[in-house]
Amino acid sequence: MTRISIDPVTRLEGHGKIEIFLDEAGSVEKTYFQIPELRGFERFVVGRPVEDMAVITSRICGVCPEAHHMAAAKAADAVYHVQPPRPALLLRELLYSAFYCADHTTHFYALAGPDLILGPDTAPAERNILGVIHAVGAELAGKVINMRKYGHTVIELIGGRKVHPVTSVPGGLSHGISAEQRDEILGMGRWAVDFACTSLSLFRTSILPSAVFRELLDAETYTHRTYSIGLVDEQNRVNFYDGMVRVAAPDGTLLGKFAPPEYRDWIAERVEPWTYLKFPYLKKIGWQGFVDGMDSGVYTTTPLSRLNAADGMATPLAQEEYEQFFSAMGGKPVHQRMAIHWARLIELLYAAERWVELASDPEIISDNIRTLPTETPTEGVGIVEAPRGTLIHHYTTDSRGVVTKANLVVGTTNNYAAMAMSVDKAARAVIKPAQAVSQGQLNRVEMAFRAYDPCFGCATHSSSGEYPLDLVVYDKQGEVVAGKH
Amino acid sequence: MPDETGKPRFAMYWAAGCGGCEIATLNIHEKLLDFDANFEVVFWPVAVDAKYADVKAMPDGAIDLCLFNGAIRSNENAEMAHLLRRKSKILVAFGACACEGGIPALGNLYTTQDLIDTAFSTPSTDNPQDLRPITRYAAPEGELSLPILSASVKTLDQVVDVDYYMPGCPPESGQIAAVVALAIQAFHGEAALPPKGSVIGAGTSTVCDECKRARAEKTIHVFRRMATYQPNLVDCLFEQGLLCAGEATRSGCGALCPSANMPCTGCYGPALADSEQGARMISGISSVVAGKTHAEIALVLDGIVDPVGTFYRYSLASSILRRARPHTDGREE
Repeated sequence: MTRISIDPVTRLEGHGKIEIFLDEAGSVEKTYFQIPELRGFERFVVGRPVEDMAVITSRICGVCPEAHHMAAAKAADAVYHVQPPRPALLLRELLYSAFYCADHTTHFYALAGPDLILGPDTAPAERNILGVIHAVGAELAGKVINMRKYGHTVIELIGGRKVHPVTSVPGGLSHGISAEQRDEILGMGRWAVDFACTSLSLFRTSILPSAVFRELLDAETYTHRTYSIGLVDEQNRVNFYDGMVRVAAPDGTLLGKFAPPEYRDWIAERVEPWTYLKFPYLKKIGWQGFVDGMDSGVYTTTPLSRLNAADGMATPLAQEEYEQFFSAMGGKPVHQRMAIHWARLIELLYAAERWVELASDPEIISDNIRTLPTETPTEGVGIVEAPRGTLIHHYTTDSRGVVTKANLVVGTTNNYAAMAMSVDKAARAVIKPAQAVSQGQLNRVEMAFRAYDPCFGCATHSSSGEYPLDLVVYDKQGEVVAGKH
Repeated sequence: MPDETGKPRFAMYWAAGCGGCEIATLNIHEKLLDFDANFEVVFWPVAVDAKYADVKAMPDGAIDLCLFNGAIRSNENAEMAHLLRRKSKILVAFGACACEGGIPALGNLYTTQDLIDTAFSTPSTDNPQDLRPITRYAAPEGELSLPILSASVKTLDQVVDVDYYMPGCPPESGQIAAVVALAIQAFHGEAALPPKGSVIGAGTSTVCDECKRARAEKTIHVFRRMATYQPNLVDCLFEQGLLCAGEATRSGCGALCPSANMPCTGCYGPALADSEQGARMISGISSVVAGKTHAEIALVLDGIVDPVGTFYRYSLASSILRRARPHTDGREE
């Protein structure tokens, strides 16, 4: 049997490996998408104080530490049965909105940008952020850098640090912001709204009309009809920080909504012996294997899934974009995976608008930022929407608030089954019998999962994290015919 | 070995860590453009498309500067450490995980089997056959391999020779920019590199020396936790009864956490390269605990609910403790 390995998969956060087996004729027989590590957080956080989870579990992922920080802090609020005062919630969500702007910008320009802006067949040595900078010009490159800088400035002002924020504690925050800082944050937020509009316009004028992208967007190869989940507010609009998780079926009907403590009634994680990562699926539908459709419990949680699962966006410009998006794509739900990139930019705009909205709230500079817990700690679940998907932290403690049990279902893990399917489908489409496999073709296989913005730092919390992806193709005799091994 | 453009060759690698070091490096913002102008990036999986085979094909010493972040958790991490050591003229242990083991080294409090067993038996895990990942799995189409998780998390210098240490979880971006600028100067012969084995991108005193809070040399009558206490913004957090690691921790971050009204957790590592961070914290505490009798002191110390996880939050792998004694399950340390 022929075998192709892509090792490591690059331009994603963390480490992955793709093994493709070919049959006698040279067609793809089966693809395995392996995650080669695990760090064991669920075990080693046991014995640590629950308020430290917001600082320890942020080290699951340095790409989205803000998401783990918030999910852990919300879980710790629940463990202590305490509701933070409104100004603390505003500040947490403000930090989180600024984080989303920085993070979605990083993915669109640095990780996906080389494929979208330069094209999938660009030489590997050029296919990177520096190539993008050279292609879009110094002015836009400067704006991209500035967007990341502003995002991290807000994260530091509220969270205390640019990477691995520290200030969310049970019942609120350890410190607030001054009126001066608020003014600075507001100014940066208004700039972020403009930047998001510029990015959407770049997408609409330069990427969407390009023949190569259009082909990828419309291709059945990059389409999967799976369930979509995402966090929504009381009016069923997309929310990143709080709300209930809404589940939409592949045909657009709604399966239901669940609150954080009910997650185990909805989600279970399947184990396969050839990878360190588990495969979450919808428990109410059941695991039928790596297949699409109404009867398969496979779901996704991406920017596109969030748009599919919600009724709209909570801010005006993003809502307009939401409507245009579904109208251009032929209605809801959208299943073309390459549309995730477009959806990501609509979320970028929403996050920027929300940033301005929150910073404009008079209570944002209130010093009423903490409700001190008084009850005995027990158990709690915190859910936020990480950029890469719904993130669940669940802790049980002893009466001193020391963790006795932890369960973490993280963004990227939610998408593992769907990513494995996408990689398999892409491999079948691009690898043909008796044809040499080109770099660009292998890159198209990588693009199948890159759209999900997979972050295997997150996913490998359970044992040891690292990230690049490997792809190897093996022939029927087990010899490597392509890829690096 | 500068390439044909005359630029030194740069590599960055992420082993058992979170990627925060990579984000902190991207956070040098506009200085990234200087970086682009001055280095040829030959391997950096999060950013560029070079694969392992490309590194293996390079001559030894072909990489001028390699920033290695993450701890050593598996045989694959160790192999990459050996490979990048061989290929790099200057290998930097970059960030707390590479320098001291970091947060992943808290895994050394349990056996590796226990870490795996827990991950595959959580309340949401559907695993009726009680499966575990198999490192050499015979799939119908051929064998699939996974890295073997080692018995303990190790620091980079417990596996290969290291030229410099750059602490922090993650290193602060200002410090990264300064180190990159120095490296550029050194490659052009305009500055001298520090002696091998130096700690770079950090201060030479303690976080307390960078902290603006007022100290009064008080004794501690009770240890408090952030869970149920809101400290004032003015006084030393340690003197307010919080377990702040500032006194045992190397300066360099600018006392960011205490400035945000949170205790230092020690991410910049031991204040002196050869000192024991946890022991220094313990000795600091023992000198200020109030109480004359054993019972009085024990009452105060009862407030410390997680000594090892607090004193060795990032430095367990590099400490004299290294790990909790493994259970007698046949796995060797």
